[in-house]
Amino acid sequence: MTEPILKCQNICFSYHNSNGETRALTNISFQVNKGELLAIVGPSGCGKSTLLSIIAGLLKPESGEIFMNEQENLKIGYMLQQDHLLEWRTIWKNVLLGPEITKTLTKEKEDLAYKLLSDYGLLKFKDKRPGELSGGMKQRAALIRTMVMEPGLLLLDEPFSALDYQTRLMVSADIGNIIRKSGITAILITHDLSEAISLADRIIVLTRRPATVKNDIPVHLTLPEDSLLSARSAPEFNSLFTLLWKEISDEYCGENC
Amino acid sequence: MNIVEKTADISASQKLYLKMHRRHHHIVTLMRLLVLILFLVLWEYSGRAGIIDTFFFSSPSMIVSFFIKMLLDGSFFLHTGITLLETLFSFLLITLISMLAATVLWYSKTFSEILEPYLVILNSLPKSALAPLFIVWLGTGINTIIVAGVSVAIFGSIISLYTGFKHVDNEKLKLIYTLGGNRFSAFCIVVLPSSIPTILSNMKVNIGLALVGVIIGEFLAARKGLGYLIIYGSQVFQLNMVITSIFILCVIAMGLYQCIQWTEHLYKKRT
Repeated sequence: MTEPILKCQNICFSYHNSNGETRALTNISFQVNKGELLAIVGPSGCGKSTLLSIIAGLLKPESGEIFMNEQENLKIGYMLQQDHLLEWRTIWKNVLLGPEITKTLTKEKEDLAYKLLSDYGLLKFKDKRPGELSGGMKQRAALIRTMVMEPGLLLLDEPFSALDYQTRLMVSADIGNIIRKSGITAILITHDLSEAISLADRIIVLTRRPATVKNDIPVHLTLPEDSLLSARSAPEFNSLFTLLWKEISDEYCGENC
Repeated sequence: MNIVEKTADISASQKLYLKMHRRHHHIVTLMRLLVLILFLVLWEYSGRAGIIDTFFFSSPSMIVSFFIKMLLDGSFFLHTGITLLETLFSFLLITLISMLAATVLWYSKTFSEILEPYLVILNSLPKSALAPLFIVWLGTGINTIIVAGVSVAIFGSIISLYTGFKHVDNEKLKLIYTLGGNRFSAFCIVVLPSSIPTILSNMKVNIGLALVGVIIGEFLAARKGLGYLIIYGSQVFQLNMVITSIFILCVIAMGLYQCIQWTEHLYKKRT
């Protein structure tokens, strides 16, 4: 469990425009272990999404390095804030978008997609258009689209923020279970502290911009049963929440007080 | 959409609504026809009563008899055919070229920035000013007329398609990149399909403009076609010829527009 799958070292990144430079990240260093679900929380606009884009290779860090575990042959799956299912395709075609783009569409991929759809209860919506599905189902379809690529590391960029509160509780528990069962390593970005506590094995707190790692908090909840909704009633939940809240509100205070 | 199916068990209020809806529809159709008939009757009457001079204004009966004459000597098919052919050719060329150009502009931001002022100038230039140039370069004939047709619509078409392509949700493009795609696959998978409504409405504008360009071209450089008939008829004071040609043009314009409308309808039905 302690074998690092990804290591970020002194990542720095700035956005440039003609009015000047906005430093987004300074000296971010952390590692993710295999099978771990790491949550990253921080004040809004602190550069969390930028960090994920850098890990995914969509942006290049200005300095610093990212080490991936060589043996793992690490494929990265990225789940965006919104489902972004393409309305003119059926769910089936949407789910198989990744293999279609990388031209790796094989019988095995189709079987995997089929299995995932039936596991997540979307099989009977296979030939439906995204518009006919509820928000939660769409988010699950988006997760399947990511999982079909068989990623070794899953990046989740506030994947529940577009949902209403009730759906959000259900879907986050749901997706948390799926991730845990598949044993996949994941990095979850969120601004919802209780979501972070109930889902993650470890939480990294970022400071406000330019973001740097402020704290690294392991999460151990004693759960009456292995259900993620019950995580919110674990005895450690409140103290962790208070701790995280203090860390984050310090950051806001630094700005406003 | 939950549209109540036409089954036996529709409620009384729904029945009433449907009845009113149908009645409204009938009234609109009826009134439209009435306006046309009234206009034609008034025209015919004023001609016969000597209120207007039919030598200058023609009359519905004269137009019909001229039209029959055109049908009998085959000149209707020759002139209408050539105008239709030129319009369709121009339209196809406009669609093809503007799609290609807009794709290239979308692909390279630098390139589009360089070309932007030129496109804006060429788009706002009155294209009929170019027609004499085309005649000198290409002679009088079908080539000049097709080029004239293309020139009227092409720049506006490129600009509106490019704007449509550019407005595709950036996050959707990001999705394609996270799935391992490049800019080309992003174009094929996201930009093109999501721009189909833009492309279709652009086609509706283009088919009309192509017809405008073709008629301008025929005014200046043709021996065949409805534009030629209009100019020739006005020169020899054959106003029957002019007005009949204009009527045929009306029908063509409507028909072409309906074709695209119908394509759009098919597309919407499919999705």
